[in-house]
Amino acid sequence: MAVLINKDTRVICQGITGSFGAVHTKGCLHYGTRMVGGVTPGKGGTRDANGLPIFDTVDAAVRETGADATMIFVPPAFAADAVLEAADAGLGLICCITEGVPVQDMIRVRAVLDERNLAARGADVHPSRQLITLIGPNCPGIITPGPKTGNDTSADDPYTNAGCKIGIMPGYIHTHVSEAKTGKAVGIVSRSGTLTYEAVWQTSNLGLGQSTCIGIGGDPVRGMNHIDCIKAFEEDPETHGILMIGEIGGTDEEEAALYIKTHVTKPVAAFIAGQTAPPGKRMGHAGAIISGGEGTAQSKVDALKAAGVEIAVSPADMGKAMALAMGAGVGVG
Amino acid sequence: MKIHEYQARDLLRSYGVPVPPGEVITSIEQAAPAYKACVAEAGLGEGGLAVIKAQVHAGGRGKAGFVKLVRSAQEAEDAARFMLSNKMVSNQTGPEGLDVKKLIVAAGVDIAHEYYLALTTDRKTRRNVLIASAEGGVEIEQVAESNPEAIIKTPLHPLTGLQPHQARTVAFKLGFKGKQVGQAVRVMTGLAKAFLDKDCSIAEINPLILTPPTPEFPDGQVLAIDAKFNFDDNATFRHKDILALFDPAEENPAELTAHKFGLSYIALDGNIGCLVNGAGLAMATMDTIKLFGGEPANFLDVGGSASEDAVTEAFRIILSDEAVKGIMVNIFGGIMDCAVIAAGIVNAAKQIGFTVPLVVRLEGTNVEAGRKILQDAEGELPTLQTATDLGDAAEKVCGAVG
Repeated sequence: MAVLINKDTRVICQGITGSFGAVHTKGCLHYGTRMVGGVTPGKGGTRDANGLPIFDTVDAAVRETGADATMIFVPPAFAADAVLEAADAGLGLICCITEGVPVQDMIRVRAVLDERNLAARGADVHPSRQLITLIGPNCPGIITPGPKTGNDTSADDPYTNAGCKIGIMPGYIHTHVSEAKTGKAVGIVSRSGTLTYEAVWQTSNLGLGQSTCIGIGGDPVRGMNHIDCIKAFEEDPETHGILMIGEIGGTDEEEAALYIKTHVTKPVAAFIAGQTAPPGKRMGHAGAIISGGEGTAQSKVDALKAAGVEIAVSPADMGKAMALAMGAGVGVG
Repeated sequence: MKIHEYQARDLLRSYGVPVPPGEVITSIEQAAPAYKACVAEAGLGEGGLAVIKAQVHAGGRGKAGFVKLVRSAQEAEDAARFMLSNKMVSNQTGPEGLDVKKLIVAAGVDIAHEYYLALTTDRKTRRNVLIASAEGGVEIEQVAESNPEAIIKTPLHPLTGLQPHQARTVAFKLGFKGKQVGQAVRVMTGLAKAFLDKDCSIAEINPLILTPPTPEFPDGQVLAIDAKFNFDDNATFRHKDILALFDPAEENPAELTAHKFGLSYIALDGNIGCLVNGAGLAMATMDTIKLFGGEPANFLDVGGSASEDAVTEAFRIILSDEAVKGIMVNIFGGIMDCAVIAAGIVNAAKQIGFTVPLVVRLEGTNVEAGRKILQDAEGELPTLQTATDLGDAAEKVCGAVG
């Protein structure tokens, strides 16, 4: 089951002939993702280095390949347009990896997507319309790991025959539940890329698998937020625990804490990055800044503790906190 | 990106927001003529009030003596002499202080009332929002805490921006009357247009003031006295006019150099230098160092696509901070290739040399190749210790620095 994507998800790449798009299309193919094509305006009718068909428009790509999802690698100035093109072409999952998208562009993109989703929710009126989920921008993407069945060396010998990776994360650090010592899998949601890999690695090393990991990105205005992911993990029968990795800035984690308190029955653990960050300084991510006394690590940790969430004080203990929250039987010292 | 107050005044004027007459000066000799010109333009005679303000981004100007009220050409010259020949030291500049190169000389105005006006993006609602208060001239955060009802928030629709009826409603709520209302509406819609046109993250007028009645303005005049603009760094690519206002003298030189190499670097007060890939992991690395009793000397994210040269440059920047007594490298390769980091470390050893303890933790993409590069260069890395995980690395570097 997992969340949002699985081995059957058909994926295209917007910006497939750019340097990053090409590298990561290959990376996803090697992991075992069903990459079915890509889009670069003006290069329609040709094929990429992996033999995937390239189209001029997302609409053509969707019609020809039956794609369900896209990963976007176009430069920041064109990212908003790329997201809206994917939405217009009827794709249900849009994963925007691009870093550096202007905030005002994202405000407009979200307004359009929110309006469509509102209309689509009136199912009696528009039964054929599906909801659009945006992940990112400025994110590592989403992965539903599969069991290791190959060597990750080519599309013919992929890492797994039953997983799906849409994005830039290293696949091998993830563990499918069938290979996890504890027989349990956790859902991971994070605003940061490499810190997510750290969390994945720690849970894998403690004998936990991952159902799905979602990097929601470090920008102030974005698609999915913590709550959306936590809700999906709560509803997924194959997710046994939820690990949330937040950071300073905004009030997303505080809102997630309230949601967890009232809606979540599964064990939840969390880490908040930026406890030592000085106010007023942007810590790399456009969203990671403490301003006007809002968005401090302390206020987030307090809210999460009040919701009964197990807090990892050190980022070296994110996996341990998750295991602790899930109780005995996951074999933590 | 931030700009100076005089640049903000120009931007406001170009959007139809009135500001008191004034000009920028860069030398002591310009002070007396500038004083005479601005008081004359404001309709004040010799002895009229003017204000001289140092143009620096750092706050605390008033307390440091770098904002002065003057009533004569001589006083204007004296104030300019003081500000242009002394370093400004405030609680925001650090003890070494700042050189001041530009001053504003502006006409003083009589104030009947002070207001606060700003536009920013509300992350929670994903809308731009106009924030207004009749309690201006003070820290708006304090008003928000002590008297939240005194703050009027008006969300902007992404399609239409700030509509005149919204601005009118705010103007009436702020207590403007008669011809003041139209003036206030023009200020609000002008500020909102500037905010949207130029991809601002903050556009703030504090204080916005109402003058007492004058023959020309029988209901008083609405004027912007001080303004602050911050721009979305992700959007400056489409605003060459704004980029041209960038003043490198206001930035930390090491942070500027880092930026040129695509590195994100922020200097901090500790003694353990950090080199990490990814902003979240970089923050988490700082947090771990602190938990093991150390103090990070910097935030440094090499990003996902750094070259060997950029990595070498990152070490040069870290080591240029004399407070650094040890370095922790924490890499979890995703896009980033561990071999590139390792090669960058070896280059740095050859070009700069490590005399302080260096603790390296590598994991992720191409980690075996990275570890091998470090092993092969052992002779050039006498202070190198490798670490197995994040906690181990922090413990080792904190232990080595002592």
